[in-house]
Amino acid sequence: MQGFKSTTHYIASRDLEVAVNAAVALQRPLLVKGEPGTGKTVLAHEVASALSMPLIEWHVKSTTKAQQGLYEYDAVSRLRDGQLGDARVHDIGNYIVHGKLWDAFEAERQSVVLIDEIDKADIEFPNDLLLELDRMQFFVYETRQTVRARQRPIVIITSNNEKELPDAFLRRCFFHYIRFPDRETMERIVQSHYPDIRQDLAREALTMFFRVRELPGLKKKPATSELLDWLKLLMIEDMPPEALRTREKTVVIPPLHGALLKNEQDVHLFERLAFMARREG
Amino acid sequence: MFASFVEQLRVAGLPVSITEYLTLIGAMKHGVADYSVDDFYFLARATLVKDERHLDRFDRVFASVFQGLEHASGDPTTDIPEEWLRRIAEKNLSPEEMAAIEAIGGFEKLMETLRKRLEEQKKRHQGGSKWIGTGGTSPFGAYGYNPEGIRIGQKESRHRRAVKVWDKREFRDLDGDTELGTRTMKLALRRLRRFARQGAATELDLPRTIHATASNAGSLDLKLVPERHNAVKILLLLDIGGSMDDHVRASQELFSAVRSEFKHLEAFYFHNCVYERVWRENRRRDETSVSTWDLMRTYGPDYKLIFVGDATMSPYEVVQPGGSVEHWNEEAGRVWIERLAGHFRSAAWLNPAREDYWAYTHSIVLLRQLLAERMFPLTLTGLDDMTRELSR
Repeated sequence: MQGFKSTTHYIASRDLEVAVNAAVALQRPLLVKGEPGTGKTVLAHEVASALSMPLIEWHVKSTTKAQQGLYEYDAVSRLRDGQLGDARVHDIGNYIVHGKLWDAFEAERQSVVLIDEIDKADIEFPNDLLLELDRMQFFVYETRQTVRARQRPIVIITSNNEKELPDAFLRRCFFHYIRFPDRETMERIVQSHYPDIRQDLAREALTMFFRVRELPGLKKKPATSELLDWLKLLMIEDMPPEALRTREKTVVIPPLHGALLKNEQDVHLFERLAFMARREG
Repeated sequence: MFASFVEQLRVAGLPVSITEYLTLIGAMKHGVADYSVDDFYFLARATLVKDERHLDRFDRVFASVFQGLEHASGDPTTDIPEEWLRRIAEKNLSPEEMAAIEAIGGFEKLMETLRKRLEEQKKRHQGGSKWIGTGGTSPFGAYGYNPEGIRIGQKESRHRRAVKVWDKREFRDLDGDTELGTRTMKLALRRLRRFARQGAATELDLPRTIHATASNAGSLDLKLVPERHNAVKILLLLDIGGSMDDHVRASQELFSAVRSEFKHLEAFYFHNCVYERVWRENRRRDETSVSTWDLMRTYGPDYKLIFVGDATMSPYEVVQPGGSVEHWNEEAGRVWIERLAGHFRSAAWLNPAREDYWAYTHSIVLLRQLLAERMFPLTLTGLDDMTRELSR
């Protein structure tokens, strides 16, 4: 079976590979949760490129309705056309705007659909998509036609845990929780993104990064994407590894910390700790 | 094939159904797991677990079913000693604290002996009458009986007599995972809704559109309004541990109900009475604690404050500085309760203890007075009365 595997630039743990392959084999949606910045959205891109399928992205916002993923009836432009005497007005089909799922269902080839951050939407949103994701078909009231998927797309859904998802919805999905990578995996991830990084720099930076994460009281712990941004900055600035080296137990503000700490209070916390460390030292 | 495994999972409280089971078998048939135990484990996990909070429970069931291993008993005594010693040091260093404890009687002596025995004893011990362990009659240890005893590494107090609780408290957070019975609660809470139009204008305002179109000589002029949302803000303070163990189920149901009913919901935990700090996650209590002052600064008086707790404690925990069972509090619990009730104009206390017993517990009477009689039983009628009171 042609499956999904870690690639040179995306390191997937074995359990993630199994979950993805199960979702592909049984053609059921895969729900991915995890800390922000651990590569939930990137996963869909990687799955699409690994299986060489087109990717259709549907980014959910707080105002997104489930119906918008299927189709929308643009009554307003039809009304305008009616007032202006446009001939198009006689066919209601001209005013049905296809949504992302419709595109995926009608596509010539099987595709990967990413429903990104499903928890941002209204609490009823997942319930409204139950049948559509289960049977991969829906009914268009305006034109009285049923749209069926030619090939069932591979659906990847991400969630940041802002809302609970309904049980009936969860029953239909495979679930995977992306754990925060340990140091070893992180080294592989860094290698895969920046193969020409200086080894000593990467080592010092990782040590500092994990120390920052362990600090109690941080509002937003930096994650993989922050680390990669920060490393890139360090490489651009040509920072010597010595600048990152710290003695045991003391805290210094990491250079170019703007890439790691995204919260004013966190920066303050660091400044306070660094001040105390200087006073003691 | 794996029916007993699924059965075990259900016993352990994971909401697994026949759908997931069939999915798992289907995936096996497709050869996803490929005869590797590890892959089978990953596959079963992706199929049967739908919530990261259940992962740990799943792992334990998996281990016991497929390797015949004993349940990990989670022996609580193994990681305690450092904690004891840290706390003992704390106790010994603060003289005023010692004075307060002296009033309770002979605390220092207890501590002194405990420390000595800790030095003598390096291993886990069970039974007997001298060593620190479980099930004995020594004043130190767990599950034993000695009215002056000190409880170590025990999840629930069996006799409710220990003077101090040493457990590194790892009570489950009230995860709101019990959907059973919450529906009626949700209905009762609905009364608290206060709709307001906020945010982006997405809904067609028909009367205004008609009006505007008419005055626009018939060419369409659309008017939109923002959607209606429940704008009520709730701040929930939950008592956890100790005597609340008897009411965990009721509290879980309540938490689950409010969590799905209100968009602006903030929940914090406290133990017995609110003092200078509350915390967000019980498991990571030290890291996630915030000062009660910050709480009042962060959440404005438009939040409705709901305490949930049985309010059953020693009266000193309410009226006396230093009365807390867990730490030295500079200011008495009543000062903090008064402060909170003064800041949040609509505040109420939900009490899971039986209402007809309230009058016999001094601390309940006290707290009820502090909240101007706004204490309600954690029952449907109580919830109803509370929402009526709070929506005034």
